[in-house]
Amino acid sequence: MRPSPRLGPMWRLGPMWMPTAPCAFTSFPLNRMDPVPSSVRLTVREAVHTLSSSEDGGCIFSTLGSLKRYLGGTENPALPGEQEEFARVHFSAVLRCLVSKLNPDWLGLLPNGQLEELWASFFLEGPADQAFLVLMEALEDTPGPSFRLMKMARLLARFLKAGRMAAVMEGQCRQQAELAFPLLQEALLIKVVGLPDRLGNCLQHENLAEFFPQNYFPLLGEEAVRVLQAVVDSLRGGLDCSVSFVSQVVGKACVYGRQKEILGVLVPRLTALTQGSCLWQRVCWRLVECVPDRAMEAVLTGLVETAPGPQVLARLLGNLVLKSKKARFVMTQKLLFLQYRYTTPVLQSLLGYLAMDSQRRPLLVQALKELMETWGSSSAIRHAPLAQQCYVSKAVLICLAHLGDAELQDSRDELLASLMAGVKCRLDSSLPAVRRLGMVVAEVASARIHPEGPPLKFQYEEDELSCEMLALATPQPAADSPSEAGPPVAPVAAEAPDKQTVEGGVPQVRPQGSDSELDSDDEFVPYDMSGDQELKSGKVPMYVRDCVEALTTSEDWERWEAALRALEGLVVRSPAATREVSVELAQVLLHLEEKTSVAGFEGLRQRALVAVTITDPARVAEYLTSQFYAINYSLRQRMDILDVLALAAQELSRPGRFRRTSQCGSPGPTCPPSCTVAPTWRAVVDERIRRKTRRFSKGSSRQGPAGSPNEFNSVAGYFFFPLIQGFDRPLVTFDLLGDDQLVLGRLAHTLGALMYLAVNTTVAVSMGKALLEFVWALRFHGDTYVRRGLLSAVSSVLLSVPAERLLEDLPDELLEARSWLADVAEKDPDEDCRMLAVKALLLLEKLKDKLLPLSPP
Amino acid sequence: MEEGSRPGLLGIPHPQMERSSTLGCLGAQAALVPVHQGRDLKLCLWDLAEGRNAVVDSVGLESVGFCRGSILARGQQRWMLAVPGGGSDEIQILEMPSKTSVCTLKPEADAKPGMPMCLELWQTDSSPRPCLLAGYEDGSVALWDVSERKVCSRIACHTEPVMGLDFDSQKARGVSGSAEKALAVWSLDEQQALQVRGKHELTNPGISDVKIRPDRKILATAGWDHRVRVFHWRTMKPLAVLAFHSAVVHCVAFAADGLLAAGSRDHRISIWSLYPRS
Repeated sequence: MRPSPRLGPMWRLGPMWMPTAPCAFTSFPLNRMDPVPSSVRLTVREAVHTLSSSEDGGCIFSTLGSLKRYLGGTENPALPGEQEEFARVHFSAVLRCLVSKLNPDWLGLLPNGQLEELWASFFLEGPADQAFLVLMEALEDTPGPSFRLMKMARLLARFLKAGRMAAVMEGQCRQQAELAFPLLQEALLIKVVGLPDRLGNCLQHENLAEFFPQNYFPLLGEEAVRVLQAVVDSLRGGLDCSVSFVSQVVGKACVYGRQKEILGVLVPRLTALTQGSCLWQRVCWRLVECVPDRAMEAVLTGLVETAPGPQVLARLLGNLVLKSKKARFVMTQKLLFLQYRYTTPVLQSLLGYLAMDSQRRPLLVQALKELMETWGSSSAIRHAPLAQQCYVSKAVLICLAHLGDAELQDSRDELLASLMAGVKCRLDSSLPAVRRLGMVVAEVASARIHPEGPPLKFQYEEDELSCEMLALATPQPAADSPSEAGPPVAPVAAEAPDKQTVEGGVPQVRPQGSDSELDSDDEFVPYDMSGDQELKSGKVPMYVRDCVEALTTSEDWERWEAALRALEGLVVRSPAATREVSVELAQVLLHLEEKTSVAGFEGLRQRALVAVTITDPARVAEYLTSQFYAINYSLRQRMDILDVLALAAQELSRPGRFRRTSQCGSPGPTCPPSCTVAPTWRAVVDERIRRKTRRFSKGSSRQGPAGSPNEFNSVAGYFFFPLIQGFDRPLVTFDLLGDDQLVLGRLAHTLGALMYLAVNTTVAVSMGKALLEFVWALRFHGDTYVRRGLLSAVSSVLLSVPAERLLEDLPDELLEARSWLADVAEKDPDEDCRMLAVKALLLLEKLKDKLLPLSPP
Repeated sequence: MEEGSRPGLLGIPHPQMERSSTLGCLGAQAALVPVHQGRDLKLCLWDLAEGRNAVVDSVGLESVGFCRGSILARGQQRWMLAVPGGGSDEIQILEMPSKTSVCTLKPEADAKPGMPMCLELWQTDSSPRPCLLAGYEDGSVALWDVSERKVCSRIACHTEPVMGLDFDSQKARGVSGSAEKALAVWSLDEQQALQVRGKHELTNPGISDVKIRPDRKILATAGWDHRVRVFHWRTMKPLAVLAFHSAVVHCVAFAADGLLAAGSRDHRISIWSLYPRS
């Protein structure tokens, strides 16, 4: 990029903006009017003439020497007034003349590079801003790659290394605000911040490492600190100074996206310098205040991210949010509501900053109100991505931790209303993560907002996120480091040695013969004996019919429980007896309620139902599917029906399955998420036995899986078609297309699973057709869980229906599905939906690949 | 290893085969012969050496009770066998392998302890006189001096029949299990008198066998609750509950190298490595 031609002549006027003491400006009009050339002017004119014409090294050397006198620092300096005039009026012209002479022959006029050293000293020792501008101008005007370009690039590198950039900025700071020359400052600003880009353009592959942004901006940060140091020093000396140029430099660098580089240097230094120094703090506040509005967001986000904690942030920003409207908008709106990429420590810094000063606290209260409003808005819950909901929830919890009870009481009704609305919407959600979010926030927030009421308590499984959120809810100790938050680590450490001895097996026993009375007690560490419970035996029914009777009529709860526990095994062992009562048994199990507290009740019931369904698939599936759309069932029962059908279908379709394998109840890949929860206790027990049992051999007792036909083939229709018909006919108590979308989502998942399990069966094609129609009817459903189910159902169709049949029988449906999938893959707010759509698209592509090789001949 | 006539009764041959003991039934010895006690009123001696499995001899029994016999090795070719005798409360002592009946131990007329349920022959190194510990149906444990044919001491440890007992002759301390919900620990003092030292509650009632490991560090019980329980022998601190079997565990046995075997009515034998000996 070349400098704009409009700006060029402007700064060549020189005298108007030379950084000098104010007194110089009073003499300025006189100079301009004076027709008699001053002695300095004569000398300079003569010198420039000599430089441009002479080929004599000695002559040039002495001419340059005479000019150097005006820069001071030699043994025979010129008078101060003359120095000043030279710097103000003639320096740029001389520099420009020097640049034009730069070539190998000219530099070679004197040996040992004397001439080059002298030449460079003008740039390095003269007024920095002019030298910088001339250098940049010359660099951009010189066609590269050439000798002159490289010489000047190296000179600029030396210029940077010598710390002259601080001098450039300092010059602007020392200037009186009213005398500053805005256009020139703007040009200087663009060149200072844009240096890496410009040099990159000029030098292309020859670029020097000093000009890479990752090296240059940290240097700029260092230089800014030095300038600020100078400003602080001169303020201490009673001189007025402005930091606005530094603010602009920092702001522009941040706008260019270099927050990390420049603030990474600036913030730690300022953190240290502002510690205990009011003057430094004021300079720092002023620095941020002077950042132009359009750069404010970039600077503030950079600062919030870089500052190690709220205390530091408060020191650096002061009451900025009260003074600058833009800053207030960024801090209380943009960072909280419009963006959600920041980490939890950043949020803590931000909200902690708002909480630290009594003047800023009303903003925090206001922020909490608005956060709660967003949290409680049903449309936000529906449309915002989960990550943003987490972000807002965390912000709510942090606000609550900071605010006192009195402050909360003032806006209690408002907060409570939003909270309740949000909890309700979230608990209705079909996504477990959203529900859990609602529960965690509701527990914490209700305890704070409504402390006198009975505490809300939900049952949810703790995961990483909920632990993190609960940790946020407890107020933090006042410390700079946010790392002190988070779950305590001490108990874990205390447990560790104990665990080791158990895991590390078994303690050593001393050799026989040592006196055993001396052995210490803890020589043998007991194993885990938590599983040791009383045995309820003697009441276990021996026949399936006995079980049915015990489950329906027994008032003896031990017998009832024993019957429930024994049922699965009995069904598996006696299929003939089961078939006689299969529907009756399914009915009993479906209506079974947990009358006493039985560990693993859900799992036992589910496995028994699955076993019955496997034993007599056609009749039981017919019964269960008819009950799915019957009146007077709870949602839980309907979802149980779906789970049982999916699990039974999985068992039936597994080739060469064993009768006993059903015990494990391992859900397949397409199984809906919640059914994995119930039967874990058995897995735990099995695992414990496996760990503690030493087996000498595993060989002979097992047989290889025997080949057998897919038993699902003959009964898939009984499972599938009654379910898919009738989803659009609402009952009084059950409306799949209305409120009961959770069941609809589960239904979609189940149908997808049944479709997937019907691979290689004869009904797969008609099932696929029906399922695609089902998907098509619901494709714009608003609930994420339903959409996920539909997408996985599409994938199942693509996997299970033979490719050539798909193309023959369902070409239009495929085309429609394809455009819908492409749309979802691009626009769906839910990440899982997008991923499932992409997977389905990939399957479609694979299908095409499979068919293409067939087509050419 | 072998199974008894009831599923789950088994014995573990000693690694060196000097003295094979069986559990559930009996131990045998010397001629590399384990013994097998069946319900057919016969006690069989099996030759299991080098993979053989043939009955080499048998002893006719007069009782068909639950009581298992006990074996005491007394030399290279001599051993003593205690088995329930003809009368319901009698114990018969046989000299093997000649099968000569040494004596019959019959409690005094007024004692009425019921049937013997478990037997344990033992002998201290210092005294040549063999002793017999017998658990009876009425829950008492009696110490018999075999040569004198009289009861030295008798204590009531349990309220239910004693199902299994084991004795640590070095510490002069023994343990017994019964159909009730507790283990009893008792000791033998210098005057050959038995004393109850303590009772240890269990989660579920019913113990069918008790064995102390040869190194006398731990003991194992076979439970009617399908579980094998392991205790620290000196302190009786519970150490482990082994839940593997799905039916009553009939018997437990320790091999000389410390491995624990348990036989159950579910037709399975489980082998466990617990607190291995260094």
